Amino acid sequence: MKRRFVENFLPPAATFLLTTAAAEFGIRAAGISPLLLPTPSAVARAALQHSPTLLPALAMTAQAVAVGLALSIAVGLLVAIALSTSRWVERAFYPYAIFFQIVPIVAIAPLLVIWFGYGMRAVVAAAFIVSVFPVIANSLAGLLSVDPALRDLFRLYGASGFAQLWKLSLPWALPNVLTGLRIAAGLAVIGAIVGEFVGGGGLGVVVLEAMRQQRTDLVFAAVLHAAALGLALFAAVNATSHFALRRWHSQETEP
Amino acid sequence: MSAPDPTAARTGVAVRVRGAHRVFRSAGEADVAAVEGLDLSIAAGEFVAILGPSGCGKSTLLRMIAGLEVLDAGSIAVGDGGSAPKNALAYVFQDAHLLPWRNVLSNVALPLELQGRAAGERRDAAARAIASVGLADAARRHPAQLSGGMRMRVSLARALVTEPRLLLLDEPFAALDEITRQGLDDQLRALWAATGMTVLFVTHSIAEAAFLAERAVVLTRRPARVVLEHTLDLPAQRDAALRGDARFAREMSVLYQALRRGNGEAA
Repeated sequence: MKRRFVENFLPPAATFLLTTAAAEFGIRAAGISPLLLPTPSAVARAALQHSPTLLPALAMTAQAVAVGLALSIAVGLLVAIALSTSRWVERAFYPYAIFFQIVPIVAIAPLLVIWFGYGMRAVVAAAFIVSVFPVIANSLAGLLSVDPALRDLFRLYGASGFAQLWKLSLPWALPNVLTGLRIAAGLAVIGAIVGEFVGGGGLGVVVLEAMRQQRTDLVFAAVLHAAALGLALFAAVNATSHFALRRWHSQETEP
Repeated sequence: MSAPDPTAARTGVAVRVRGAHRVFRSAGEADVAAVEGLDLSIAAGEFVAILGPSGCGKSTLLRMIAGLEVLDAGSIAVGDGGSAPKNALAYVFQDAHLLPWRNVLSNVALPLELQGRAAGERRDAAARAIASVGLADAARRHPAQLSGGMRMRVSLARALVTEPRLLLLDEPFAALDEITRQGLDDQLRALWAATGMTVLFVTHSIAEAAFLAERAVVLTRRPARVVLEHTLDLPAQRDAALRGDARFAREMSVLYQALRRGNGEAA
């Protein structure tokens, strides 16, 4: 266990320290203006100094991302289940689900403000729109890949449609759903920040304000907070999938 | 109702196939007749091997008997009347096809769960079925932690758990190594002898058909028709020694000749 910890965390930690140190000394030696590219230490100082602004902004963005992502999972799964019920339903509606994938969120974000007003709801809508498609697409792929022999088995014993869905299709699709969620988590953060650019609130507004005041170090600090949020979500999905699928694979046998 | 006992004696059911016909149609391709005017009678409690070349339609026949495939013409009757009693039938597929998120015990209990039996009853019956295939120690393990042979035994236990009166097996041990396969053959025959259920075993292996069955039905290349129905002249008690016996070799040769005839070759 301890050895695994060292193997997993030492290499990325070393990379982080080395690149940070290299950036620090490189930027100083080259004499680059802090307006263009602040040193890591200046970014850290800005982050500490503005933590009374950054942390509540982070909490606000995190809340919008969480709600948007929860909506994506709920709506995405329901849509995928509906699409998986028949080829005709899939053919009729799937092309329009792709709309969520190709819509340029930056372009329609102002529209969301018109619909939902300034504030949290527009931001949640932006996070939802960009993150729902990966959930739909991956869940649908999982639901459609159920082993036909297992479908036969369920039919043979007179399983109801609900039992087939609940005891076979959904658990079968779980790895795909989690893959979709992993992609959706990162996208939801992007969607929320873009939503905040026009809808107000959270880290998006901190970035805009810092830009106006030409505080590049604070822009970097806010971006790092957003990145940390994305990373935390990614880690949470990974942990969930490790826990949920630990029995599925032979390499992770119990002690 | 008491918990089903997978090892308890029961009466098998008869199967009658009359002029069964099945054609597969797919767009842009010629129709493929999988089974054409096939007649077959299987007595209650009989162990019959259905032997035929790969892709000859023997799986289709088995699926039709199970009700998983519709007939284009003809009829199939399981038991005395038309359709089989609810839990009379069980099916073992070519691979184990277990649910990877369930342990052995709840995989085996699945058919009873789908039939809406009580939890205690399910557990008892599943534990007995698992013991009957010799996997009692592995009840809490997950499929990924089992060998191929063990997974196939779980699949067999899952089929036995409902006390089926007709057990259908579709080349169930084809993917296993020879030793594991022979062990499972022995186990299956012992279970058949103990329970009295009817067993229909589809295989492309002449040796397996001869070793397991009381009677062998040899099918032609697609579309499947019966070339030979042959009662095997072998003792009821069968063990490894039989495989080296002259009678066994003679029966194998009879089946081999029929298989060649069915394949359109001169005998």
